[in-house]
Amino acid sequence: MQVKADFKQVRNTLVVRISGELDMLVTDQLRQEIDYRLDSNSINTLVLNLEKVSFIDSSGLGLIIGRYKKVSAQQGRIYIVGASPSVEKILLFSGINKLVPLYRSEKDVVSN
Amino acid sequence: MNVKNYVRLEFSSLPENVSFARSCVGAFASQLDCTLEDIEEIKLVVSEAVSNSIIHGYNNDPSQTIEVVVSILENNSLEIIIKDYGRGIENIDQAMEPTYSSDPSRMGLGFTFMRSFMDEMDVVSEPGKGTSVRLLRCFPSQDHRAMA
Repeated sequence: MQVKADFKQVRNTLVVRISGELDMLVTDQLRQEIDYRLDSNSINTLVLNLEKVSFIDSSGLGLIIGRYKKVSAQQGRIYIVGASPSVEKILLFSGINKLVPLYRSEKDVVSN
Repeated sequence: MNVKNYVRLEFSSLPENVSFARSCVGAFASQLDCTLEDIEEIKLVVSEAVSNSIIHGYNNDPSQTIEVVVSILENNSLEIIIKDYGRGIENIDQAMEPTYSSDPSRMGLGFTFMRSFMDEMDVVSEPGKGTSVRLLRCFPSQDHRAMA
């Protein structure tokens, strides 16, 4: 299954809604698409919506940690929202949640 | 240990085949008395091992070959062997360290996932000749679980 990503920018926040399986097949292209928007717009908050991601491995984790480094270097913030239980398990196992906060929904990010 | 059933896959070292390999192994493993969570973990470790072969073993050369042999053994355990004929690993102990990666854009968790989600992991590698990863996961039968 190919991954799909929808991008939505509201002021300085970029929301990326990803669907599919996050493995090495798709991470390079997704990385380029996200970084292009981070570089060409004045984004200081990146929200990765993983609600429709059914699988993630260390290539997908590498994508997230790379965006964390990029956004943090510009004093920005990054959040993960909507991870399914199976994806959340891998995120917690990797410890990525210590760097990138996990929220249930995009609304939760806004309200927090 | 005798083999009850096995499947042997051979495919090009293409990123498209990572999901193919994990789906095949996951479907095969479902013959065992295991949960969906078990299947997800098995798919993850296959994804990690095959990705390692493509990225590190073959340096993303799509013309190379990866072999996967997955077997159900008599004691209801699942054995997975992932083999490449790539550049091999110079220092296996270093490669197995959590968060070690020769590629700074990756997290270096592949072997950590394999070791954590499987009961046994053996890595045999020779520089210039390739790497073979053997993974074993045991699934106690329902009878054994009832007695426990």
